[in-house]
Amino acid sequence: MPINPELQGRVYEKTPSYLVGREKIREFSRAVFSTSPLNFDVEAARAAGYADVVAPPTFAIVLQELTLQQLIGDEDAGIELSHVVHGDQRFSSTRPIVAGDELTATMTIASVKTLGGNAMITSESRIEDLEGNHVVTSISTLVVRGDA
Amino acid sequence: MSLDAASLGALAVGDVVAERSFTLTRDSLVRYAGASGDFNTIHYRDDIAKAVGLDGVLAHGMLTMGLTVQPVVDWLGDPGLIVDYQVRFTRPVYVDADTGAVVSVTAKVGQLDAEAATARIDLVVTSNDQTVLGKAQVRVRAA
Repeated sequence: MPINPELQGRVYEKTPSYLVGREKIREFSRAVFSTSPLNFDVEAARAAGYADVVAPPTFAIVLQELTLQQLIGDEDAGIELSHVVHGDQRFSSTRPIVAGDELTATMTIASVKTLGGNAMITSESRIEDLEGNHVVTSISTLVVRGDA
Repeated sequence: MSLDAASLGALAVGDVVAERSFTLTRDSLVRYAGASGDFNTIHYRDDIAKAVGLDGVLAHGMLTMGLTVQPVVDWLGDPGLIVDYQVRFTRPVYVDADTGAVVSVTAKVGQLDAEAATARIDLVVTSNDQTVLGKAQVRVRAA
């Protein structure tokens, strides 16, 4: 099934709020081989001026994952997960995520391009706190391989 | 201690600020799947990976992206000093069930703005003597 070109510009519903847990940050930090005390130790994080442990730079992928599920689950989009390869990824932050944050993500499909049977879908997920302050934007390009 | 403006200003383009190698095993992939919520089967089942045309189980691109920035985090002393981080996934990192895979990172100064106390750190990331990430750039600021 071809990718729907009308996806471009589509804005998906804001995700339900996600409460960032201290243990989730520690678990994620271990998984990415972090050795930074600020990722694990509350006292070290507080001494550095943070309210609680700080998430690693790529932690926002956990929030982006929720928006990508919206895209994959959108039957109108025409995307089959087994055909998806990650092309590129970017995080642009206003501030780091810390334990205790309550965050939402809102995804916009920035572009859809077709190239030699493959489709490239670039999404931008704006992650903000409950007051609407920007925390980080997660930008991802997925390559959806054609059936050939 | 986190990186201050004076230390940042003393750098020159091309300086290596951090280097580290990581050994990935299948356990690392299972751990990352659980932590991130990415349970795509190509990261733990050889039969499915091969059925979709891959050589075998490969690391999550986001695991590679997540660990390769860690030497920069340690150099900075504070993950909050990273304001922007981007990569392009150019080649898969296959993780052998017995021997795993080694990912090596060299972080160099790509660009400096001493006045704004910011820098662009470029990451050279290889596995099996081949580059696996392209345009891997980290924007950092001094504390």
